[in-house]
Amino acid sequence: MEVTLDFSKVKEIVEDYTEKVDSLIDSYTDKKEQIISLLQDIQAEFNYLPQDVLVKISQKLGIPLSQVFSVATFFRAFSLKPRGRHLVTVCLGTACHVKGGQRLVDKVERDYGIKPGETTEDMRFTLETVNCLGCCALGPVVVVDGKYESKMTPDKLNRVLKKYK
Amino acid sequence: MVEQVRKLLEKRLESAEGLESLRQSILAKRDPQRTCISVCGGTACRAAGAEGVVDAFLDEIERRELQVKVSLKETGCHGFCERGPLVVIEPKKILYQQVKPEDVEEIIDETIVAGRVIERLLYVDPTTNETITYEPDVPFYKKQTRNIFGVNGTIDPTNIEDYIASGGYSALSKALFQMTPEKIVAEVKKSGLRGRGGGGFPTGRKWQSCLEAKGKVKYVICNADEGDPGAYQDRSLLEGNPHSILEGMIIGAHAIGSHQGYIYVRNEYPLAVRHARIAIEQAMDYGLLGKNILGSGLDFNITINKGGGAFVCGESSALMASLEGKIGEPKAKYVHMAEKGLWEHPSLLNNVKTWANVPLIVNKGADWYSKLGTAGSKGTMIFSLVGNIVNTGLVEVPMGITLRQMIFDIGGGIPDGKKFKAVQTGGPSGGCIPEQLLDTPVDFDELTKLGSMMGSGGMIVMDEDTCMVDVARYFIEFLKGESCGKCTPCREGINRMSQILSNITQGKGKPEDLDTLQDLAEVLSAGALCALGQTAANPVLSTIRYFKDEYLTHINNKKCPAGVCRELVRFSIDPEKCEGCLRCIRECPTGAVTGEKKQPHTINQDMCIRCGACYDVCKFNAVIKR
Repeated sequence: MEVTLDFSKVKEIVEDYTEKVDSLIDSYTDKKEQIISLLQDIQAEFNYLPQDVLVKISQKLGIPLSQVFSVATFFRAFSLKPRGRHLVTVCLGTACHVKGGQRLVDKVERDYGIKPGETTEDMRFTLETVNCLGCCALGPVVVVDGKYESKMTPDKLNRVLKKYK
Repeated sequence: MVEQVRKLLEKRLESAEGLESLRQSILAKRDPQRTCISVCGGTACRAAGAEGVVDAFLDEIERRELQVKVSLKETGCHGFCERGPLVVIEPKKILYQQVKPEDVEEIIDETIVAGRVIERLLYVDPTTNETITYEPDVPFYKKQTRNIFGVNGTIDPTNIEDYIASGGYSALSKALFQMTPEKIVAEVKKSGLRGRGGGGFPTGRKWQSCLEAKGKVKYVICNADEGDPGAYQDRSLLEGNPHSILEGMIIGAHAIGSHQGYIYVRNEYPLAVRHARIAIEQAMDYGLLGKNILGSGLDFNITINKGGGAFVCGESSALMASLEGKIGEPKAKYVHMAEKGLWEHPSLLNNVKTWANVPLIVNKGADWYSKLGTAGSKGTMIFSLVGNIVNTGLVEVPMGITLRQMIFDIGGGIPDGKKFKAVQTGGPSGGCIPEQLLDTPVDFDELTKLGSMMGSGGMIVMDEDTCMVDVARYFIEFLKGESCGKCTPCREGINRMSQILSNITQGKGKPEDLDTLQDLAEVLSAGALCALGQTAANPVLSTIRYFKDEYLTHINNKKCPAGVCRELVRFSIDPEKCEGCLRCIRECPTGAVTGEKKQPHTINQDMCIRCGACYDVCKFNAVIKR
């Protein structure tokens, strides 16, 4: 994955949260090995991993920046780009795949012009895929902002997504 | 504050006798004949609306002031996910399925107050059309042996007293006070238990090397990074009966001499994380974790670590790298993790299901345990039966049951009158098994012989509409995304296989492709660093082995017999069936469909991009896919 270090855009957003970020990072001083967990906390706060927060983690905890970045880019759960207001996750586990999960991804791509990992220009939706949510009985499953939508069809998905502005 | 500390001290159990007397006092307080409404709170039932049902019951019970007469319990996953949300009325075990909040008032009126059964909420067996009132009579449950999974449906996972009342932590107390570490390891060895996470390595041998390994610091790890798509039994156990996992781990800690444990759980399983966390806190309060457990002198703590969504982290060395705060890349295992694992210390890593078996073995003994199963695979196994099957859900059966029994007797066969085509076992490392081999008994060795594997217990059933080349491509595509990229055979080999398979599914396959795929498979199994790469070719090899014709049709005739591979499919409209509703015209992204209202529409093949949008929206089945 290509990563460029451009802090100018994210600086303002993050500055408002300085205190919160600092205390979060500080709470990991004794457990630096739990960096994945720390990044999850940060992502829960910002919806993505702002790059200067990663730099801050490196400086405060004394972890090489290369290591922070390698962890942040290795795991699928992390996003280095801001995500949209609504997160649409299509399950592509085997059970959902044989029941037509891919057609749901295609549908979102057709209607909103985004591929998995991308966000619409108006920041309305981010589309992601997941390998299995373990709700195989309800497949194909789509999760919108944490809400599970079961036994989806492209048509049903269309109606569901219209509700999210 | 003082009051809180005093209460905590009162809860703390100081001895085996303390645990027993607590159990007796809990049981004495409980009336087994009391009416209890238990609602399945597993992820699938929740997604289907179980939380709304629980809220409706709470409101209704409060409104009618029935608190004295009935209790309400949100339990772990019952397993019959197809029919959720499930409600079971104890003590008679009346099973209501697909319950909605609107049904709650009637359930209270009719069943709880008047004692009558509501016919319309009962389960009807689709094969016999028989209406079934009681949970144990449902064929799906009747044919299972739920030694590990059974407790799930009867306890509230967030209440340690429920687990203790069901006999919980008695194995721990037996292990701590009546068994030496050597004796425990010997018992696990004798039981014949094999790792339930994938490889099927003999658990006792792992324990033995960890016990013998030198070093003061040792770790116990529970692998709950259940990555196989289509498998969710680890999640259901951790959600539904977290204390059984903790109990197994504490016994493991006593056996090898460890003071620190880790549960590495998938980030995608928030409920499992929450329940495991609550269970750890409660076990600490009761003196079953922490310092001087049950007064035995054993100190042991468990920490939960959440994964970051990397499939390869289910591999033991990658999991440990991730626990150390590094990226999840596997290491070459010249030395076993049991001797040099987490931070170079001996580490005992087992899968969730493996840990859940441990209390049972300690309590009932290896002789009892090894009576179930086959020569090489003992005990029961929990499978997730998913895909194109009538009764989707989790089933626990003795090793050695045939695939046919599992799919047709328990699973109820294939829905919509379709034909069975294949069953995929073992996740991305496994293979596809065709109909002629359905009478194979399921155990570790038999599945390996067929070119598949047991894996984590996922069983994905596929009907005639499934394209086997597409399935192979799906798994290779999955592994391409999940390969960590450290070793060349896996990184490049899987990538090349993916290109070849994509070509075949797009009608660009060449006759020599099948040989190339087999060559690549050999390189992968010989040269890849970890099991992800070594077994990556299994889905491809097994589909070539059993469904070669289908590959050849794709390559030579440029056709996909199942109508799945988009580039090889042609959409057209049946003028007899088309009602001229304009729906597909509106949906077509390229304007390829044309026609007038109430007149049959047509598709311009030159403009059609074969997205299938028309097929998806047509309400009259007028779009033909071929």
